[in-house]
This record gives sequence, C-alpha cells and structure tokens, in this order.
Amino acid sequence: MLEIQNLHVSYGSRAVLRGVSLTVRPGEVVALVGPNGSGKTTLLRAITRVVPWRQGDVLVAGQSVSRMSRKEIARWIAVVPQSIALPIGYTALEIVLMGRTPHLGFLAQEGPADHRIAAKSLELVGAAQFAGRRVDELSGGERQRVILARALAQRAPILLLDEATANLDIGHQISVLQLVRRLARQNQYAVVAAIHDLTLAGMYADRMELMCGGRIVCSGKPREVLDQERLAEVYGAQVTVLRDNHLPGPVVVPYGDGIAAAVPEAT
Amino acid sequence: MAALALSAFAFVVTVVVGTAVGPASPGLGEVVAVLLDHLGVREAGLPALTDRIVWEIRLPRVLLAGVVGATLAYSGAAYQGVFRNPLADPYLLGAASGAGLAASLVFVAPVPVLVGPVSLVTLAAFGGAVAAVLAAYLLASVGGTTPRTTLILAGVAVSSLAVSATSYLMLMSRENTMSILAWLLGSFNASGWHKMWFILPYAAPAAIIVALHGRILNVLQLDEEQAAQLGVNVELTRAVVILAASLATAAAVAVAGIIGFVGLVVPHAVRLVLGPDYRLLVPVSALVGGSFLILCDLGARTLISPGEVPIGVITSFLGAPFFLYLLKRQRTVFM
Repeated sequence: MLEIQNLHVSYGSRAVLRGVSLTVRPGEVVALVGPNGSGKTTLLRAITRVVPWRQGDVLVAGQSVSRMSRKEIARWIAVVPQSIALPIGYTALEIVLMGRTPHLGFLAQEGPADHRIAAKSLELVGAAQFAGRRVDELSGGERQRVILARALAQRAPILLLDEATANLDIGHQISVLQLVRRLARQNQYAVVAAIHDLTLAGMYADRMELMCGGRIVCSGKPREVLDQERLAEVYGAQVTVLRDNHLPGPVVVPYGDGIAAAVPEAT
Repeated sequence: MAALALSAFAFVVTVVVGTAVGPASPGLGEVVAVLLDHLGVREAGLPALTDRIVWEIRLPRVLLAGVVGATLAYSGAAYQGVFRNPLADPYLLGAASGAGLAASLVFVAPVPVLVGPVSLVTLAAFGGAVAAVLAAYLLASVGGTTPRTTLILAGVAVSSLAVSATSYLMLMSRENTMSILAWLLGSFNASGWHKMWFILPYAAPAAIIVALHGRILNVLQLDEEQAAQLGVNVELTRAVVILAASLATAAAVAVAGIIGFVGLVVPHAVRLVLGPDYRLLVPVSALVGGSFLILCDLGARTLISPGEVPIGVITSFLGAPFFLYLLKRQRTVFM
C-alpha cells in the first residue's frame, strides 16, 4: 500500500533523512519511534511531499506520489499533524468537514453524505458532543480528537499520525490507539504513527521502526525492538524494559533514582 | 442566508437614501420613480431636471461609492484569508502606493489629463497599482513558490519605495502638491457612469472569483501544510485570489483614489458578527463595505457643503476608532 524507497530529505545543507526505506501493508499499524530530531516528523511530512525529496521515492498503490496531484494524494493519505493549533471561530464540525475537501469539486459544497461522514468521524473519536462548539474553546485533548476526526473524514486508506496522542489523557490515548488499530484491522487501513511513549507504541503497533539520525536503525516486532541496551544507546538514557506475560507488552520504565532498579527484570 | 439578505436590503436602502440626500433633494419617492423609469418598469413623468440630478449626477456617484466600497471590503477579506493575517488589507502588496506614484507622475508631467472620457490619471493609477503588486509578487517568488511572509515583506518594501517617490514628487512640484494630495485622499467628486464602466469589468468578475473560493479560504485558515495535505493547491489558490483581488483593487483606487480602512475594518466587523466562514464573509463584507462607503461619501459631500471633505479622511476618522475598539476586544476577533 505504502512504499518508501531510499528517501533522502535535507533542510538546506542539513541532511534530515538519509535513505529511509519502509513498506506498510494494508491492515498494518507501524509505530515510528526514536529520539527528538531523529527524523520521524520529517518522514511523515515527506510522504505527502509537503517537504521535497532530494532522492528516493514514495509509492502509493504502486504509483509515485510525485506524479499525483495534491487532491489525489489527499484521497490516499490522511495526516494528523503534531500541531493542535486550529483557526479561531470555527466549530468542531466545520473543521471536520474540511476533511472532505479532497472529495469535493471546486464549486461543490458539502452535501448530506459529507455531513454524515463528518458526524460519524466525530463519534468515532468520542467527540460528537462538542460538534457545535468553537474549537478555540476546546481543551488541547479535545482539539486533538477533532483533528483526528478530520483525518478520518478524509476516508483515506493510509493514515499518518504524528504524536496524535501526545495531548491526551491515558483513557483517550488508549481509546484513540484502539480505534486506529481497529480501523487498520476492519478497513484495511495502513497506519504509520510516530509515538513517543514506547510502552504504548509497543502495545498497539504490529511493527516498530526505531529511527536515529535520519535512518531506521532497527525494525521489527515491538518486543524485538524494545531492547534495553539498544534503547540506552539510541536515546542515551537508562531504561529498564519489563517483560511479563501478565503485561500487555514490553513496559519501558525510566531507570533513574533507583525507582525502576527496585523492580526485577522479568522474562 | 438571513445575514446576506439583510445586508443586501441595507445596501439597496443606502443607495436610495444616498441618491436622495444632497443640496437639491429629490424625495425618496421621486428617486425610486426615476430608478423604476430607467429600469423600464414604469414611466415616471417627472421634470427633466429631477431626472438629470438623480440619474446623471447622484446615482453614478452613489453606485460608484458602493462598488468601490464593496471591492475594497471583499478584497480585504480575500487578502486577510490568503495571508492569514488580521492586518492584511487590499493595499498590502502596494496597490495603493503604486497607484499613488503613477497618478502623481501624471499630475507632474506635462501631459493632457483627459483621454476620451477617462482621465489619464485613472489609467496611470490602474497601471501603477498592478505594476506594484506584480513587482512585489515576483520579488518574493523563489523557485516556483512564494512564501507568505516574504510576500508581505516584499509588499511593504515596494510600498515604501513608491510612497517615498510620491513624497519627493509632491515636494519638488509645489504647484501640483494640492491636486496630488486631494487625489491621494480619495474622492467621488467627478463621478459619472464612465467610471462605473471602468471599474466593473474588474470588480464584478473578481468578486465572483473570490466568492467561489470561500470554502477553500476556510481550509487555508488551518495552515499551508495542512491545507495542502487536504488536497488544496495552496500556491495556485493564493495566486488566483491575489490576482483577482488586486486587479479589482487597482481599478477601485484608479477611479476613487486611496480610501483607507474600508478593506481592513469591514471584514473584521463582519467576522465579529457572523464568524469566520468565508462563504458568508466575502459577500456580506462586499455589501456592508458598499453601504459603508456610500454613507461616508454622503458625509463627505454634505458635512461642509458646498465644499467636500476627502472621503479617505472620513473613512479613517470613523474606521480608526472602530478598529481600536476591535483591538480592545481582541479575544473575539476571529483571526
């Protein structure tokens, strides 16, 4: 579905992506992890070509994104950006309806079908109750769910999420990630999500791509990638990875001040 | 829709009232009768003088003020929309100062001022406005893209260049200083149907183009990147909207001089009442801007009658305090 081939991206003379290759199949949730500045956001932006590539290619269903119009790209790929800034004065529903843009002709206005899809999207992210509220009056987490609903309203088979759960409380983090995984399973969406929380990423991703210095340095199942020594090396931080059959997946705990040290590593 | 109908109704009322008020006052009934007569609805049978005052003198002036006000207001909304900047107005890229410089050159140069019915000042001002905007746009373009902030800065630079050249001309040619200043401050004094025919071919199509972009302008308010990811061709949209609004503004400045504050304040005032939806904002701003300028012109020609106050003075005098009021309640300004 989504095939990234040897992608190189530079900001000026600074190379930010140095040859990233990644394939995402329909129905698959891929977590993009790595320290700040490792190139996760740039990779997500480069996929929709809002930053130009120096080398490489991105294929969607076999066709290069560089030969697609903005509208075609938006019908294939929906993006949930990191920023939760929204223009003042618009209601949540109006923002979500903007997700229908790639399906509307220049002169067309949103019809009943678009309103149904927008309402359904708001409902999916648990935001139906503030459809009519102004987005500048919503909390950060509520706004983040509105932006996610906007991406869902695009009905695009590829979903890119850039820290889409960063502003959510743990309850909403879980429900959003469950929703994303369900969309992947039921609708065969291909999902790439940059997530800082390694434990959460490990719980919901089928595959994990660990980035560092503009490259993917490790790729595989979360329990393979989440290795204590590897994380210590890539993040430059002391962590303990707890593994236990009672746990939903590997649990990554910061190893400072002897807190985690008190817990024996289970295997 | 109610807001649109209401502002359209207000516009029509303003046109009729504006036409009726003046030194020789035909009554409201007579104005309506003359209008219906000329529109071929029914014979008025009024004295030729009344007909002449209404149809040849008053109405062209009132309608011109209406069209110029509408143009400045919807162009202001368009500029604010594509630049996502609450301080944007239709003069942002140098339309006013470019027109001012070109008009000043005509006043100073030893050339005949009239070419047929249209004044050479009008033609030059139009050319100057278009040239200034094009210069700003081309200067700001790098490698096929025109970054928003660079464009604003290029517009500011082109404007100040033109303003300084105009000031120099005014100082160097003392005998023309007053006529240049009067032109710069704007006036509907020598209005006639010919000015209407000059501005309409730009103002009407541009109004339609900007209005049709309402939904896309809403999406652009997210930010350039998100709009692009939703399938909007941001560069093309911006170029088309700026081109349409700038041509219309150039024509408005050419026929009426530099009238400030309408393009800045009217869209904000409408936004304050109706919210940020550009599908409503553009047409309602046009109608409100038209009515506002007709009323300002009414003040311009009656306050110190038989003399005239430059209309730019009136709009700024009313506009500036209102704008300060808006700034004070910034939380509710929708930008």
